[in-house]
Amino acid sequence: MASRTHIAAIRFGLGPRADEVLPADPEGWLLGQIRPTAAPPGPPLSECMAVLRVAGRPPEEGGLRPSLLLRTEALASVVEAVTTEAPFAERLAQFWLNHFTISRRRGQTTSLIGHFLREAIHPNIFGRFEDLLLAVVRHPAMLIYLDNQSSMGANSPSGMRHHRGMNENLAREVLELHTLSSRGGYTQADVTEFAKVLTGWSVGRGGAEPDGFMFRPGNHQPGEKTLLGQRIPEGEGGGIAALRMLAHQPACHRFLAEKLVRHFVADVPPPRAVARVQAALERSGGDLAAAARALVALPDAWAQPLSKLRSPWDYVIAALRAVGAGMAAIPNAVGAMEQLGQPIWAAQMPNGYPDDAPSWAVPEQLMRRVDWVQGVAAQGVQRGLEPVPLAEAVLGPLLGAESAQAIRRAPSARDAVTLLLSCPEFQRR
Amino acid sequence: MRHLPLLTRRATLLGLSGAMMFGRARMALADVPGDARLVVVILRGALDGLAGVQPYGDSALAGLRGPLALPEPGRQGGLFDLGGFFGLHPAMPKLAAIYAANEAVVLHAVAGATRSRSHFDAQDSLESGTDHRMSSGWLNRALEALPEAHRARTGLSLGVEVPLLLRGPVPVGAHAIPGTRPPSAEILATLARLNAADPVLGPAFAEGLRARGFSAEVLGGLAPVPGADNNFAALAGAGGRLLAAPEGPRVAAMELGGWDTHVSQANMLPPRLAELDAGLDALRQGLGEAWARTAVLVMTEFGRTARVNGTNGTDHGTGGVALVLGGAVRGGRVLANWPGLAELFENRDLAPTRDLRAVAKALLGQHLGLSDAAVAKAFPGSEAVAPERGLLR
Repeated sequence: MASRTHIAAIRFGLGPRADEVLPADPEGWLLGQIRPTAAPPGPPLSECMAVLRVAGRPPEEGGLRPSLLLRTEALASVVEAVTTEAPFAERLAQFWLNHFTISRRRGQTTSLIGHFLREAIHPNIFGRFEDLLLAVVRHPAMLIYLDNQSSMGANSPSGMRHHRGMNENLAREVLELHTLSSRGGYTQADVTEFAKVLTGWSVGRGGAEPDGFMFRPGNHQPGEKTLLGQRIPEGEGGGIAALRMLAHQPACHRFLAEKLVRHFVADVPPPRAVARVQAALERSGGDLAAAARALVALPDAWAQPLSKLRSPWDYVIAALRAVGAGMAAIPNAVGAMEQLGQPIWAAQMPNGYPDDAPSWAVPEQLMRRVDWVQGVAAQGVQRGLEPVPLAEAVLGPLLGAESAQAIRRAPSARDAVTLLLSCPEFQRR
Repeated sequence: MRHLPLLTRRATLLGLSGAMMFGRARMALADVPGDARLVVVILRGALDGLAGVQPYGDSALAGLRGPLALPEPGRQGGLFDLGGFFGLHPAMPKLAAIYAANEAVVLHAVAGATRSRSHFDAQDSLESGTDHRMSSGWLNRALEALPEAHRARTGLSLGVEVPLLLRGPVPVGAHAIPGTRPPSAEILATLARLNAADPVLGPAFAEGLRARGFSAEVLGGLAPVPGADNNFAALAGAGGRLLAAPEGPRVAAMELGGWDTHVSQANMLPPRLAELDAGLDALRQGLGEAWARTAVLVMTEFGRTARVNGTNGTDHGTGGVALVLGGAVRGGRVLANWPGLAELFENRDLAPTRDLRAVAKALLGQHLGLSDAAVAKAFPGSEAVAPERGLLR
């Protein structure tokens, strides 16, 4: 059915590109994107860490500044989203990036978020959840963002010498936001114990120390710990064992299934759809490729009309893809995301950006979508796009009669494309 | 009619002219909202109450806080004294002046309806006004009891986002610092029509047009409030002016983040407090003479651990601080059933001895004049929590 082609491209993908030939077999096209992929190119961790260390020095000493690296990485990620031919995979990468939010509101993370997306998220989106979780929690961006790098056990050698101690931020958010959710049945005692498990999980400072994850035995709280009633051994391995154990909890599978279904089906996830994705995770031991296939197989995910509202990030990417935007349009896109209410990689809090229509159907934000998209439309028209064929390519049978008529009757091509890119059908996914 | 503004043309196109023209007749109508203004400021991330308002008279403080304890009033870099036991953080001189003018109350050892140490559960609870998350906020439910204004919505959201606190059945207006140039009136009119049938986008789009029209009219030729040199203060200043307009909104909400000070709190906190201080002062200036009829509630999801943590910061705690300020407030006082820092809640946090809902209920009832039934609807399940007495003049 023709509409399934557009649903695949819009709901599972990032929206059709003006110059794209949509697949005849939409399910096959989506399933074909479920395969391990290499990390996108970009500077290695050693360079990103070096930029981080430059941050404290005066500008005249030279070197790439964190703000410039951040901007370069952000632009590269937008280029990837606007041009990719595997938009389902890219959507999943963005989904996991938001699940494991790192925000540049904590300055020390700015030079590392791009690397985090490229190297901790991308290669793991179709692997096992426990491997994704480990890659994420061991990445310096997360250790810094959630304040674990200098957390010390009160009875560790360093803790006793410096009279310093723990910080439970990372432990709490891994339990609440990354694995079990606040309904996952853990207690304050579990948070404290897990924080002890993670003491010593730190970041090397270069020189003799590694660029990236570093276990500091001198910071580690000695002794066995108990998390969710299970014994966790002392040492770096204890943290690894604890994370793998958390990744396999039924509460974790349920939480992940709910979030995936909320993203791909509806703001209020239908229980039957959640149960299917949860079952796919349980059967496969947390295989995210199996979860992705289960999402494609959900009848609810193909229901019309599309009920999800595009977030500002989604909206900007979809509009640029719709007009077949080139590189020249990308810098403006990053500014637009901020104007529209979702500055890139700058969530207020570690729970990331919301994923429901009421959070984004904000009057002033919707007005700003129109403000911005008329400029995008003008550029598209200058490059020769014609409104009616463009509407057919971008929305196909999902475009309603009333909007189609308004587009045909618009006084100028620019106005017509503006209407196409801001009509209610285009706001949905 | 030569200078017919674009605004009016747009309003005519959108069929809003009736509402706009109605304005002059406002004084003759019985169902206009009262003159009281209420602003709620949410501090997301959990302000450390023991740092914002330090109980320097508590002998256990120094032992718990170590390097985070600030010098006592009168010393170099010391606190502003709030009556001999508590001191306001030195990064907030303007708030100190408002307190000294008897226009600010500090409430200490407060907490909301939940004891969760999750930011997100506690913020949901704080904004829902209950111990669990609801799909609407208490401030929106309070709006149900207030008559609708004729030109602007009675409720106003300041910022590009609308907090849960203000979400719900009653439509609210919005204002944010302007971005790019607006599209033509024709396009906006067509889009309003196309969106009209969409249950989510339709009302939001119409609301956006309406709010922009009102803001443009009120703020049109005015320079920003002096001293409003950061985004929060600029927004607060503009919000104050919108609230001051005779037919403007009466209730507003805004938020400020950056309070989650797990690390190096002594460096992270003062800039945030200074930003809040500038914002509260810009709000006061923007309101002008309407400040006399205003109450501002500043609240956060919970306090932070009484002890400094292992990284010179503080972790998620329980009892914290809230502020109520404005010309309508009987200020210059700290209200606290001080539990002391010798006995901590769960051996880690300042014990909560005062329910934030009592404060909010007082503001809705005694300040905005809501009936007991309307207040109960805003805070379901809070029968045991009596409104705070004597908060207002």
